[in-house]
Order: sequence, then structure tokens, then C-alpha cells
Amino acid sequence: MAQIRVEALDKSFGTFHAVKSANFTVEDGQFLCLLGPSGCGKTTTLRMIAGLELPTSGTIRLGGEDVTMNRASARDIAFVFQLFALYPHMNVRKNIGFPLKCEGVGQAEIERRVVEAARILRITELLDSPVSGLAGGDRQRVALGRAIVRKPKCFLMDEPLGALDTEMRDAMIRELRALHDRLGATTVYVTHDQLEAMAMADTIAVMNHGVVEQVASPRDIYDRPASLFVADFIGSPPMNFLPFRGGLATGAQVIRLGEREVAIPTAREALPDSDLVLGVRPEHVRFTDRGMVRGEVYGAEYLGTTQIVTVTTRYGALKARTPAHLTFRTGETVGLDFRPDTLSIFDKASGRAIRTALHEGGAHG
Amino acid sequence: MTVAAHSVVDPTPRTRRFAGALVIVYAVITMIPLAWIFLTSFKSPDDAISYPPKIIFQPSLEGYCNLFTTRSRQTPDFIQTLGPPQGMCDDIARSRNMVIAGPSNYLPRFVNSLIIAFGSTVLAVALGTLSAYGFSRFRVPLKEDLLFFILSTRMMPPIAVAIPIYLMYRAVGLSDTRLGMILLYTSVNVSLAVWLLKGFIDEIPREYEEAAMIDGYTRFQAFVRVVLPQATTGIAATAIFCLIFAWNEYAFAVLLTSGNAQTSPPFIPIIIGEGGQDWPAVAAGTTLFLVPIVVFTVLLRKHLLRGITFGAVRK
Ligand SMILES: Nc1ncnc2c1ncn2[C@@H]1O[C@H](COP(=O)(O)OP(=O)(O)OP(=O)(O)O)[C@@H](O)[C@H]1O
Ligand SMILES: [Mg+2]
Repeated sequence: MAQIRVEALDKSFGTFHAVKSANFTVEDGQFLCLLGPSGCGKTTTLRMIAGLELPTSGTIRLGGEDVTMNRASARDIAFVFQLFALYPHMNVRKNIGFPLKCEGVGQAEIERRVVEAARILRITELLDSPVSGLAGGDRQRVALGRAIVRKPKCFLMDEPLGALDTEMRDAMIRELRALHDRLGATTVYVTHDQLEAMAMADTIAVMNHGVVEQVASPRDIYDRPASLFVADFIGSPPMNFLPFRGGLATGAQVIRLGEREVAIPTAREALPDSDLVLGVRPEHVRFTDRGMVRGEVYGAEYLGTTQIVTVTTRYGALKARTPAHLTFRTGETVGLDFRPDTLSIFDKASGRAIRTALHEGGAHG
Repeated sequence: MTVAAHSVVDPTPRTRRFAGALVIVYAVITMIPLAWIFLTSFKSPDDAISYPPKIIFQPSLEGYCNLFTTRSRQTPDFIQTLGPPQGMCDDIARSRNMVIAGPSNYLPRFVNSLIIAFGSTVLAVALGTLSAYGFSRFRVPLKEDLLFFILSTRMMPPIAVAIPIYLMYRAVGLSDTRLGMILLYTSVNVSLAVWLLKGFIDEIPREYEEAAMIDGYTRFQAFVRVVLPQATTGIAATAIFCLIFAWNEYAFAVLLTSGNAQTSPPFIPIIIGEGGQDWPAVAAGTTLFLVPIVVFTVLLRKHLLRGITFGAVRK
């Protein structure tokens, strides 16, 4: 097992800039999710770590060693593809043993390790089946078997659950995480599904248009988004954004939203008068008659234990998550309030989050 | 009549019967000439040209005997002086006042056909697979133009360049050689092979090779051990198309071969018997000529059934 360091990694396909100066480190034994919308460069980044694609510039280190230009077979990694890439002309046993055969491991040793991998993944009874008849989850287990049988430096997985149905996926998420806890293998896992990333990752790297926007724990990504994009991409429904104009002094504890003052986490940097955005998670919106923002109920979406209430205000439609037992009439006028210590403030032009006390409260680790 | 039974995918029994009848009619039309050739190969020369044509006749192996031998006419007195006949063909020949003078050229021509057709097929498919893989997987400069160029070599009937090729072959000493014919048929077939196989290889997800390369194979090993086994369908289909062309090719064979390298197609029609064409022998030669293609196709039919759709319906 080894640490993975990606430094200033760049990749262009002709004139198209797919990955822009990506930096992140996956510590030994850590599970990192590369998360982002389709086409943002996740797969390209992963393929560069694997050696399937050569970077335009930048450095990749595996366990301290610079492997940027090494061929894939010399990197001692395992890759799990979305398509599983099981060899259709081999049965399960041969598929799992294939990497060992490539390395020239003896037949008895291959057999021993294949059986062990199959036991870990609970597919022992499938060993002699052809891969073509397997169900999605089992195919995925075989693909994982092929990865773990070799005890590589790290695992790279590209949307390995993308082809499974929801139920199978939930089961596999738990299995994958349990497998990771057991093997302690350094893992980079690509997904566009934030629930997968939240459920499995130690660290999430959020990508957008080739840029790594934030690398942090799932909790920090959710509570302390580093940019407008991250705040918008993570969470369902996403964060509410209220645009306003104003300056900010270091130590400021309120902002002016229209005629009202809104309490915010203490500002840790000063900003000249500019276009800013106040970010509020739906669950941090409260209904009070004395609320600082007033609006009309547009509708409610019932979700079982909670409901999402949409309120039209002068700042646009805001969504609030409230207990399901409260009732709202469409057209009813309501007042809204925000929990001060949870608010984020972004610079509208750059999308960057302004540093406030929010970024200090238990943000480490 | 229930309307609910109507399905958009399953043909109705009536359509099914109609389609079945159509297929049978087509099969009969295409099979009759073959059946006729097969029957003729067992007729005596007289039965072969009798009018109205005979469907019921006394079968004879004279056509096959004549195909494999050359004979000379002798007087009955001379034949009397010979010992007992050496086998069935000798017997038939003597009954017509002939003696067998030696083997005919059919067998060497047949062997030429086998060597040239299979040789050029192997070469065309091998070259085609490699270049199709290259075009499918790598960023080749001017890829589209090169592929179009390869395709464009098929836009002209090959025989249009027969004279230049004839002169070229004479100049470099490839006329009437097996190597020359192999190279010629390969160059005609390789464009077909590249295009057919590129379609098949494009359909094989590149993740398979990438997985193998991560697991420690070089690209070439991954190509041989991972890509080729999955491309067997396409390779089989391509091989059959190439083989059929090379096996049946007539025009170049007439022009460029006369002796050493002559293939069966120019040889069979000119089998001459006494007083003209020896039809039973021609029919026998044609019947045997069909055998290798039939055998090859039957051997590969498992792959063909999937391959003939050109990869459109994998799995
Ligand atoms: N070989 C290539 N040649 C040209 N462009 C490419 C190539 N590979 C990827 N791209 C482009 O780079 C961008 C990033 O692709 P990438 O596959 O990394 O996205 P992704 O984040 O994995 O998306 P998805 O969630 O759809 O898999 C895409 O716009 C894609 O079109
Ligand atoms: Mg991808």
C-alpha cells in the first residue's frame, strides 16, 4: 500500500483542456472519491494515475516514487472499470487469477490466492462459472477479486457501481467500504453520485470543468463548501443562494440583506464592496413570523419524515426542509429565518467561499 | 380472431409461411445448378449431352476417372496384348478403346488453388487485423484519409489494372508463380479485411486490453491474448469472405498463370475429352472444387452466424 500524490497535473486533448492543474494527496490506506458531474475530467485524472493516459504536464508519485511516465504495468496498481472488463472467454477462476498469471506466479500459489479472494468476496461457489451468465453484482465482485488478488499498491475504480441497479448498489457500497476497512488499501474511487461518495469516502475531491475545487472530508464538503459550485453540486436539494451586494470587514458578524441585517459566522477576511452570495442549506431555513425574509409558499414536496417547502421571495425561490407534520397552504405568506452559524458567503465573480468562523469550527480532521 | 394477440415483433403465421415459402423457392433456384453439376459428374459423356436431359441414368465414375487421368486411344488389338486392367478407371478407359497415359494436371492445379487461396487469406486477415487494431486504438495522423484511401482501392474493379499488373509481374518475375498470386489476392482482400475487422475491433471495449496492460501484459501480449480471442467472430467472417474471393478468382488467374501456378478455375473449363468438352469430367472437377469452401464454412459456421451481422448484434 502506498500514498498517492498528484501535483499540478494537466491534460489536454488537442485544444481541449480536460484536467487543469490538479493537486491532491491520498494518504496511505485512505479512500478518496473523485466526485463531479459528467465530463469534468474524473476518468482522465484516474487514467493518468493508472498510466493509461500520459499527462501533458505535472507529476504523479506512488509511495514517494515518481511514476509519471511509467507504463501501466510497471506501476503495481489495480483498476476496476465500470464495464467490469471481465474476459468473456475465461471463467471466474481464470479471470481472478489472470493478473497473477501475467506476473508469472506459480499455479499452486495462484489457486491459493484466487480461493482466498473469492472467500473474501463470498463468490467461492461461482469460481467455475463462465462470467457471461453472472448477475451485475457478481460481475462486480469478480472484477474486485481481480483487483485484490494481486495485493497492489493501490486500487483505482472508475464508477464501478454505475452499471448496477439501486438496490444492488446500496449493498455494494456497504461491501466496498467494509472491504476497504478490512484491506486498508489506498483507493481512488471515481463517481458522479454524491451519495456514493458521502457514504464511502474518507476524503472527497470535487471536480468541475477539469479543476479540483475542493479536497476535504464528506462533512466539510457538505458543511463548508469551498466554492459556489461545490455548494450547488452537493446536497439534494442543493444549497439556497441569495445574491446581495455589500462589503465585508474582518470580524464582521452581520451582512445587510435588503433592509434587514442577517447574522453570519464572524468574517475572517475583508472584502471591498462587491457582488456576494449568501448560501443557506434547506435544513437551516426556519419558519418564524418575525423572519427576516418574507415570501409566499409555492408548494411542498413530501418526503416521508421531512418535506421540502418551496417559498417564492424577492431573492428567488428558496427551499426549506421541515418536519413532515407541519402543513403549509399554497399562497400563504410566511417569514423565514436562517441558522447564523451555518451560513456560507461566496464571492459571486470567482465563486470562492469567503473565510469565516464557519471554517474553524471543528473543521480539522 | 383476437386482436389482442397481435404483436409488433413476432410475425403472424401467415407472414411466417410466406417468408418460409420465399426462402424455399430461393434455395431451390440457387441449388438447382449445383445439383445439376453434381448429377452430371456421375453421368457418362453420352448421357451428359443427351436431349432431353436425363434425370434417371446409370451412374458412372467415368467423369472422376477422366478428371484425374490423361488417356490415349489405342487399337483393340493392342489393348488385347496388355495384361489385366489396373483398377476401375483403367477398366472404363479400355471399354472405350483407351489406355491411361498418366495423371492429369487437376491435382497440382487444385493444390495451387489451396496454397494460393489459403495463403492469401491468412496474409490478408493477419495484415487486416493488425492495421484495423491500429486504426481502432491509436491516434493515427490522417486516420480518416488513410481509411478512405484503403476503401478507395476497392472502387475500381481490380481487373481494370490487369495489363499494368501483367507487365509488372513479368518484369519482376512474379508471373505464373504462387507467390505472385498470393500477393495479388492479398492486396485485393486486405482493404476488405481492414474495414470489416475495424468494425469488429471497435466494438471490443478497450477496457479489456487496458485491464490486461495494468495486470502486467505489454500491448502486444494484450492484443494477442485478450483482443484476438474476442475478435474471432470477425476474423472468421473476414477469412471466409477473403477465401471465397481468392478461391473463385478467374480473370487474373487466366491472365497471370499458365503452368506452375495455375489455379483450378482457369483449368476446369478446358478439360477436353474426345471430340470436345468432357462435361462429366468438368462437372466432377467443379464438384470437388466446391468441397474446401463448404468444409471451411461448416467449420466456422458457429462464428459466422454472429459475424455475418458485422458486429451489429454482439452478445
Ligand atoms: N481520448 C480523448 N480525446 C479527446 N477528448 C477526450 C478524450 N478522453 C476524454 N476526453 C474529453 O475530456 C473530458 C473529460 O472526460 P472524462 O472521461 O475524464 O470525464 P468524466 O469526468 O469521467 O465524465 P463521466 O462522468 O461522463 O465519465 C470530456 O469532455 C471528454 O470528452
Ligand atoms: Mg468517466
